[in-house]
Amino acid sequence: MSDENETERNDVRDDGRRPPRAVVGSHRIEEEMFGKVFDGNIVRRIWAFVAPYKMQMLIAVGAVLTFTATQLMIPLIIRYAIDHGIAPGGNHAALAYAIVAFALAILVNFVASYIQETVVGRVAEDVLFDIRRAMFSHLQRVSLSFMDKTEVGRLMSRLQGDVNSMQEFLETSVLSVGDITLLFGIVFVMLYLDFRLGLLTLAVLPILFVVRIFWLPRARIAFMAAHETNSVTNGALAETIHGVRAVKSMGRQRVNFMLYNDKAHANLMTHLRAAKYAQVMVPIVDSLTGVAMALVIVVGGARVLNQALDVGVMVAFLFYIQRFFDPIRSLTLQYSVMQRAMASGQRLTEVLDVPISITDAPDAHVLTPDTDGSVEFRNVVFGYNPKHPVLKNVSFKVNPGETVALVGPTGSGKSSAMALIHRFYDVQQGQVLVGGHDVRNLTQDSLGQQIAMVLQEPFLFTGTVFENIRYHKDSALLDDVIEAAKAVGAHEFIMNLAEGYQTELGERGGNLSLGQRQLISFARALVADAKILVLDEATANIDSYTEMLIQKALVKLLENRTGLVIAHRLATIREADRIIVLQNGQMIEMGDHDALMENGKLYAQLYNLNYSSFDDIPAVEPEWGQAKDSGT
Amino acid sequence: MSSNAFKRAASHSDSLAHANAAGWGQGFSTLVRITHMTLRHPWQTTFAIGATVIAASLQLMIPKLLGRAIDETQTAMAGGTAGTIAQDALLVTAFVLLAVSILRGVFTMIQNYYGEAVGHHMGYELRLACYEKIQRLSFSFHDSVHSGDLITVGMLDLEGVRMYFSTALIRTVLLSILIGIGAYMLLSTDFTLGLVALSFVPFVAWRSSVTQLRLRATWLDLQERLSVLTRVMEENLGGIRVVRAFAAKDHELAKFDKASQTALDLAHERVGIRVRNTSAMTLSFFAAMGLVLWVGGNKVVVGEITVGTLTSFLTFMTILQMPVRQLGLMVNSYARASTCGTRIFALLDLDVAIKDPVNARELAISDGLLRFEDVGFSYPQLSNRPVLQHLSFEARRGETVGIVGKPGSGKSTLAHLIPRFYDATSGRITIDGQDIRSVTLESLRRAVAVIQQDAFLFTTTIENNIAYGDPWAEEPRIERASESAQLHNYVLGLPMGYGTIVGERGVSLSGGQRQRLSIARTLMLKPAVMVFDDSTAAIDAGTEQRIRIAMRRYAKDRVTIVVAHRLSSLMHADQILFIEDGQIVERGTHESLLAAGGRYKALYDLQVRPGDGLAAMEKTEMGS
Repeated sequence: MSDENETERNDVRDDGRRPPRAVVGSHRIEEEMFGKVFDGNIVRRIWAFVAPYKMQMLIAVGAVLTFTATQLMIPLIIRYAIDHGIAPGGNHAALAYAIVAFALAILVNFVASYIQETVVGRVAEDVLFDIRRAMFSHLQRVSLSFMDKTEVGRLMSRLQGDVNSMQEFLETSVLSVGDITLLFGIVFVMLYLDFRLGLLTLAVLPILFVVRIFWLPRARIAFMAAHETNSVTNGALAETIHGVRAVKSMGRQRVNFMLYNDKAHANLMTHLRAAKYAQVMVPIVDSLTGVAMALVIVVGGARVLNQALDVGVMVAFLFYIQRFFDPIRSLTLQYSVMQRAMASGQRLTEVLDVPISITDAPDAHVLTPDTDGSVEFRNVVFGYNPKHPVLKNVSFKVNPGETVALVGPTGSGKSSAMALIHRFYDVQQGQVLVGGHDVRNLTQDSLGQQIAMVLQEPFLFTGTVFENIRYHKDSALLDDVIEAAKAVGAHEFIMNLAEGYQTELGERGGNLSLGQRQLISFARALVADAKILVLDEATANIDSYTEMLIQKALVKLLENRTGLVIAHRLATIREADRIIVLQNGQMIEMGDHDALMENGKLYAQLYNLNYSSFDDIPAVEPEWGQAKDSGT
Repeated sequence: MSSNAFKRAASHSDSLAHANAAGWGQGFSTLVRITHMTLRHPWQTTFAIGATVIAASLQLMIPKLLGRAIDETQTAMAGGTAGTIAQDALLVTAFVLLAVSILRGVFTMIQNYYGEAVGHHMGYELRLACYEKIQRLSFSFHDSVHSGDLITVGMLDLEGVRMYFSTALIRTVLLSILIGIGAYMLLSTDFTLGLVALSFVPFVAWRSSVTQLRLRATWLDLQERLSVLTRVMEENLGGIRVVRAFAAKDHELAKFDKASQTALDLAHERVGIRVRNTSAMTLSFFAAMGLVLWVGGNKVVVGEITVGTLTSFLTFMTILQMPVRQLGLMVNSYARASTCGTRIFALLDLDVAIKDPVNARELAISDGLLRFEDVGFSYPQLSNRPVLQHLSFEARRGETVGIVGKPGSGKSTLAHLIPRFYDATSGRITIDGQDIRSVTLESLRRAVAVIQQDAFLFTTTIENNIAYGDPWAEEPRIERASESAQLHNYVLGLPMGYGTIVGERGVSLSGGQRQRLSIARTLMLKPAVMVFDDSTAAIDAGTEQRIRIAMRRYAKDRVTIVVAHRLSSLMHADQILFIEDGQIVERGTHESLLAAGGRYKALYDLQVRPGDGLAAMEKTEMGS
């Protein structure tokens, strides 16, 4: 069978078929682009962000109206100049009046446009940054279960894309006030100058409206298609760049190029189609303008000949005609901006409305540094889904200064227990006590200050080594940081970095090895100087040399602290004062190594299998069946 | 020229942004090259430029016609035959005006459409060229360049070049005609009034260009500040557990506020730059219009010109206003195309370091014998410190070579030399007697598969990922590979099974699962040499054991190289090489190395019983 046909495994077949399993880039378009045109609820929410700038917005609207009024006046002044200052015989004074009026109008126009654009531009930026900050700060407080199930990328597109389209909306909505005024102003002035001629000329306006109503939905489909093929093609490019090593090692270049070509070509075609749709409006608008001007010339001209109309009015009409399609064009564009903004606004409010389930109790205590550092679980029941508890009635106490190792197979509830100490989640039943207080009666900040946590995957921030080790403890000086680094054995490799403690780390510490990142996160926990240390030992296999350093550092880290360690390595477990064995959310054994060995139950069995790591033990509970470890 | 710019950038292992520093001469030659590219579409280019010329000329007729219409209402008074003649004249003018308007619209449409079409075709060609190049460039290039920078070249820089034809070239033609012929028409009609009417042009042109260039510079700056903000947010959300664990909310908000404020300040500044300028441009335009009205009005009064001529001057000015304001955009387009183009061409002109030699033959596999003959390697950037030196060993079909050593000892580099991800700097590597540099890359890489440490997954289904190197593969084979890699049971447990989407935008797999998938997809390739580059580090020992057993079936047909730091991964090998500082310091089988009691033995003790091994390890550390 196919095992045997080795040749040409990567090429197109002669009949031009593409390999059935080959794809480049993903196609999924994740977000709705357009929402309802108007959603009162969302507008109200957004208004709350604009409200602080009410004064500025009023000024801006005032300026827009003034600006529009001067725009409308200029043809009128020209008309006055022609009919009173210039026409038969001339009238110097009238011409001079007209010029003075003109000068005043353009000065007002200048000031109004300056104010309007500055204020609108800045307020729109301010509101954008305010909304973003509100969301960001909200995300700092929402429960971790929300963060667990939401991708960072998705949140980022809220914080950036959606926020940007709100800014666009704000900017254009003030301008559209001007557009609407301009449109009605032109209609009014034309009818006022000459009702019949005005009516006749304006007759072309509905034609444009009708044409655009038919054009818009079709054109939008074409524009969206172009937009979509753009992101599809760019996505494929980005994927190839990120995975270029895999592409090259598996020799997929030729197939990929072919598939990419398909995408790039589709992109070309949709763009050409979109260009057709965009450009087809140009001759229509130009023709309608031509019709309107021709009407003014024939009908208006005849009336000028009959002296039924001043020539200046005719000139003014010609000026207005050149302007009056502009507001229609921008208003129809505004329609799409509105829809996009509503869709974005919907997503923004979704984030802003995520309830904050864990808050400080009104009379919460502050956990002071003189706390004894004990940790106690009393009949704790907890589950991410209340129907399926991951911890079932767990009780134990860790005495001040004691180190306890938590041991158990994947999915036994170890990590959940750790998260509860820090009150990342609230228990369903029972109590978690730290320093003798129920964690729900303590302020979260003070709890965080007395509990240092080291996570399984060391997470470092962009910045220098120094900044990472001291993290938010701004009072720590370089000496404190060096001392901590020395204590955990990180000093040596840090000094070998290009600029020692001032070396900038790459994204998430990318320029360091996993083990080195681990050591830095140890040093960070040491600087935090908390009474309690909660540590989830890394499972990934670190080379034996670094491993040795880490084991030593661990001992240092646990000195004079209450320690709870999710242990994976026997070496760590043997160092602990006591061992708690969890299985399926229940505590099945507790005691020191010797006691548990004597007990002869799960721990002893595992230990006797003679592996160097608890995770190596096969088939305690198969790993498969769980998509991620995050639920443990 | 440009290739050097890229190499410089690449060799400094910095970003492509270095090409920004390109001088004027280079910028100019880039523009020439882009212009040359447009000529590959001679018909479309001709249509676009021809239509522009016609549309602009037609547009210039409109003020004239309007002026004529006004004058026709003034020549004769109403009544009698004179009135009918005048009315007929008006009808003719109106008809001509209508025709001109329609034609102008049509030609503008053609101008814009073909202008964009040329750009899109160029964009398409550049896309393909970039893609092809990126796939072909060697590993050392990709090591030295941020993937983000490459993506910027392929997306944003490409846009900058694509827009060049319509926003720079076509607009130049349009403006030259409007301003050139327009000025001639005005000045020849009435010189003084013409000068007054055109007086705003130089000021607006200058302001608009200066402003656009400033806005462009600040825009780049703003993007940089925004990317700092993005990073702060992304890291915060990605590391939210750390933030929560350290109760660092206030610290993080302060970091956010700082980044946010610097970006906001610049955004405000940009609004200022833009607004000051647009207002000033509008004012100068209207001021010129007022002057025309004043000077022209007086001329009409003394009978030097007609009301119609005055009207045509005024309407002409309104027509000229927009294009002159857009002059800045045009200047900006030139600047953008020049920097963007320089970067794209720098990429396209790069020499591919590792490529097929002239007269390359297909690699022919007979005995399956891999030989390293006195191989040495050093990275070009760090040439003073060799990564590997004097490596010699051989392995035949069915044999397994284990390679072990400290991090940074060069063991991964060794693995990467076999498929020519990098080229050895001295000595040679042969497969069945053929120097790997003398055969085609495609045949070599079909024969040599490396399972990488950090497996990249593509955003598609699990089965497509497994079949990545063999996209014609059928299901049973995929499942068999998956079974051997101990992935099958896990996949069956997923709701969508093999149809589950993984990768960046799909279900995220754990490190161990990713590595198992990577093993499975390599098994699909049936290579003659299979290299495990620390590719089981995240897999637990029990599962690894099962993989190893399953792998025996595959191993008999090929050379297997296992690079690892966990000894259980390689102690079964026929030959184990202990690498230190790029050299083989111990070699032999597991048993012989243990018996020898050297570094290998110390490492073994450390791993089997860490407590007992520590002392032994420290002893050899000091001894060495």
